[in-house]
Order: sequence, then structure tokens, then C-alpha cells
Amino acid sequence: MTDDALAFPLDVANVAKRFGSFVAVDDVSLRVSRGEVVGLLGANGAGKTTLMRIVLGLLRPDSGAVRVFGDAPGRATRSRLGYVPQGLGLYGDLTIDENLAFVARAFGRKPAKSSDEGVRLAGRETVEAASLGLRRRTAFAAALSHDPDLLVLDEPTSGVDPLARAQLWETIRGAASAGAAVLVSTHYMEEAQNCDRLILMRTGRVVASGTVSDIVSGHAIVAVSSERLDDVFSILDADGIDCLKSQHELRVVTAAQPLVAQVLARAGVTATFTTKPATFEEAFVQIVTETVAVAS
Amino acid sequence: MTTWGLTKVRVRFRARVALDDVDVSVDPRTVTALVGGDGAGKSTALRALVGVVVPERGEVSRPARELIGFLAGQNAVYNDLTVDENLDFVAHAYGLRGTGYERRRADLLDRTALATARQRLGGQLSGGMRQKLGVAQALLPKPELVVLDEPTTGVDPVSRLELTRLISHAASEGAAVVFSTTYMSDAERADLVVVLDDGHVLLTGSPDDIVRGVPGTVWASDAPPSGVTAWRRQDAWHFYTGGSAPSVSATAVPPDLEDAVLVAAVQHQRFRDVGVSI
Repeated sequence: MTDDALAFPLDVANVAKRFGSFVAVDDVSLRVSRGEVVGLLGANGAGKTTLMRIVLGLLRPDSGAVRVFGDAPGRATRSRLGYVPQGLGLYGDLTIDENLAFVARAFGRKPAKSSDEGVRLAGRETVEAASLGLRRRTAFAAALSHDPDLLVLDEPTSGVDPLARAQLWETIRGAASAGAAVLVSTHYMEEAQNCDRLILMRTGRVVASGTVSDIVSGHAIVAVSSERLDDVFSILDADGIDCLKSQHELRVVTAAQPLVAQVLARAGVTATFTTKPATFEEAFVQIVTETVAVAS
Repeated sequence: MTTWGLTKVRVRFRARVALDDVDVSVDPRTVTALVGGDGAGKSTALRALVGVVVPERGEVSRPARELIGFLAGQNAVYNDLTVDENLDFVAHAYGLRGTGYERRRADLLDRTALATARQRLGGQLSGGMRQKLGVAQALLPKPELVVLDEPTTGVDPVSRLELTRLISHAASEGAAVVFSTTYMSDAERADLVVVLDDGHVLLTGSPDDIVRGVPGTVWASDAPPSGVTAWRRQDAWHFYTGGSAPSVSATAVPPDLEDAVLVAAVQHQRFRDVGVSI
């Protein structure tokens, strides 16, 4: 194995994939190094799932190269890869223990006790009777049971509560600390902030990358304060201006202050405007909708 | 103005008590977020509110059935019907017809950015589009009470912004809106947050009230401390002490809503572990 393959278990170079005339993935390059957790983000239809399927060897790219441990994705690379799909990929009518044993044998291993105590204690419960949190932990235990060097996780904590999410992320970070490379798709800030690096996709292309701070940097929103906040929301909303209402202010994400001020002045409403740094989600919306960030 | 909601509600599924002594108040022109994990009782509370689950004890206040809009989780859309047909089907159930209905449908299609997908089958929509269609269906009759079970789960941030705007718009039209979520970034945009765990209400208040109500101190450290539950927040581990100084080098940090909910969950778990009933 080359030094590069050792350092970067996943190496995607200029990959493209079309379905008929639809370009799902367009000239995407990314690398994930040992011990690194990389988050893949994008609006629905951005190409995340297609890219993950290519990495898993389920789809062949039309052009470009994917190297998993230095080789093209296939049966040999699959044995060193752990995958948690969005649907979790468990058998509902088998018990948790039976699911884990089935996966272990598929990888040529003897079934072993999971290191997750909750999964161990509930081993005789059928998956369909288990809570979503427990099903997700079981899927993690299955994916980690053969000590994979590359973990591919598709929205791994969707629908679980903050405490269970924190615990699942400890598992993910633990696998990374042990040397695994992790590629994880997510829609949520709460998950994105746990990644070492993020890659944002739009219509098949990578449009931004870096840490949360890198991506948010330079993005700002207009915060509108008024004693008539409900009226301000109704006026801006009726004018088609994207705004988020919170307790004390409206946050206008995709329109500039002069336009907002003009709309409110026309309606005879007094308001004050403050330019504030965008949250990660707001920056994401500005990038994906190609809205120019308001200068901070 | 009438307030809808649950008062001292208990719901039991055979031996399991799914909700116990639960109060949730849902006011007109207000957005209430029900926060909690799987099994916390969010869906049961919402189902009790709309009347598909009958409580063993307690009171439920809700408007007449035709004045309730309900999104029952992730499967509200018929795969074999187009977007238009899905909306028409719901409209017929509510007795909506004529130009009034057509105007309402056009407005909701516009607000959800589904106007260009009217002839697409439900089964061909992305997760975000399906959820937007489900919420549009719930809002179709301009209900007095809007009940949405996890409207933003699995939805990308752009669709989430559209959904949030749609929810705020329904409240600004006068509806009482309640939705469930596991994500604090959704909850902090609500007027009122109710935190549920294990069938009990742990906290109720505005996002500010809940953050202000954190007892003790939230700390941030570079490494997870031993013996206490810590949660990772970006580059640091956060944990909570009731008043004592932490055993590791740590800095006190102002908690946010995620910290506040985690502190409540950790405290509740600790009570359960030592067998104290709350």
C-alpha cells in the first residue's frame, strides 16, 4: 500500500456520475485521512447519497477515480468498511444479538459481545420492538463489529434525543481516535460541529469546505427588531422575504438590509436593523441558494 | 382566545405508562415545541391532543375535528398520488372546494416551493419535499390547531427554513401551532418549549427561560471528565455541576438551549438510576 493510501483511507478524485441527462455528481474530489471525521452536507438532491454509493462500490463513477485503502471499491475494500445507512439496515424480526451475529459472520468473524452496554443488555429484544435510539446504537455496533478502517454514516443520529446523540457521537469520535477515517452525511448543525472538516455540496458540486468557522466566516444576516414583531414578520413574509422568527427578533437570511428596510418603510412600520454573524445553518442556506452574504 | 392542550394527562399502553401527569398548553398565535428523544412521549402527547389516543386520566382541550391540522410523522404522503392529488384528497376530507380551495392550494404550493412539482408522484419526492407536502396538507383547512409530529426530521436546511417560515406564518394567521423535534436549533425558534423525557415534562418555558433556569454551572473542558456525563460541543466537552467546582481543569460557559436540555436529561437520568420518582 502506498503512503498516500495509508494516510488517506478514502481518496475521491474528480468523480462524476450522470443518470441520463441529470448530473448527480460533478467533478468532486475529497480525501479523508486516518482519524479524521469529515461531514458531507447539502440540500436534498445535492449528490451526497450518490457520492456515498460510489464510495461503497454500489455505483461506478462515469469518470474520475475512487480509491478506498488504495484500491477501487469492491469486495476486498468492503471488508474494511463500516456502513450505517439512513434506514439502519437491520432485520426487524431478528433480535439485536441475532442481527449482530449475522453481520459478524458475514464479515467472517465470530460473534462477540458489543462494547455498548445498552445493546448488550437488550440483546434478546427484537429490533422492531426496540426504540429508535437503541436501533441506531445496534446499527453502530454492527458497523463497528469488524473494526473497520473507514466508516460511512448516512445521517447517523436522525431522530434521537440530544443525550443519545451525544453518546453516539462519542462512539464516532472513539472510532476516529482509534484510527478510522469517517465520512458522515448530515443536515444538522448539532452534528456538523462534531466534524473535523465539512464539505458542502450543491447540484453535484463541492461549493464550500473547511471547519464550521471557515464556512460561517464572512456570512451575516439582518436581524430586525421591532415592538411589532408579528406585523414585521407578516409584512416580510407576504413580500416573499425569507425570515426566521425567534423570541426577540426576525433574522432575514437571504435578502439585504436596504430591501428589508424599503419593504417595512412602505408598510409604515418602524424597526431597527443589525447585521449579525450568520449561524452555520443560515450560512448554509446562503451558500446553497447562491444568495450573496450580507457584508459583515 | 381559547387555549388548547393537555392537563395532567396520563396515557398507558398496557403496562407501560407513556405519559404521566403531562401538561402542555398550546395558545393561538403561538408556536410551541415539544422536545425529547425517541420514547420520551412526544408523539403520544400530540396524538392525545388530536384525539387518536385516549388518555386514562386528565383533560384534553381541542377544537372540533375539522379545525385541527395534523402531520402524523414521516408517512403523511401517498406515494402513488401526485402532489396535487395528495392535496385534493385531504381537501375532500375537509370538505374544501372551489376557488377558495384553489387559492389556498396555490399559496401553499408557492410557500413550499412545490409549485413546479405538482404532477410528481409522492414516491418520487425527496425527503424534504415530502415533509413540506405533509405540512401543507395539515395547513390546508386553515386550522385553529396545527399539530406537527417531527416536521423537520431528515429535512435539509433550505427546506427547513421554508418549513419554519410556514409554521410562523400559520401562527401569525392566528393558529395555535405545536410541533415535536429532537433538534434544539428548531426548538429555539419557538415561543414556548416543553421538554419531555420518559413520559414526564422536565421543563416548560420560553427558550430564554429554560436557559436561565439551568441550576448550577455548565463547564467546558478539553478532555471529558471522569465520573460525570459530558457531551461534546465542537472542540470541547461540556458537563454540569450543581455547585461544586469540577475535578478537571475547565471553564464555566454560558449554557445554550442544547446544554440546558442536556442538563435536565442528565439530572432526570440520575434520578431514575437511583430510583427516585419525580
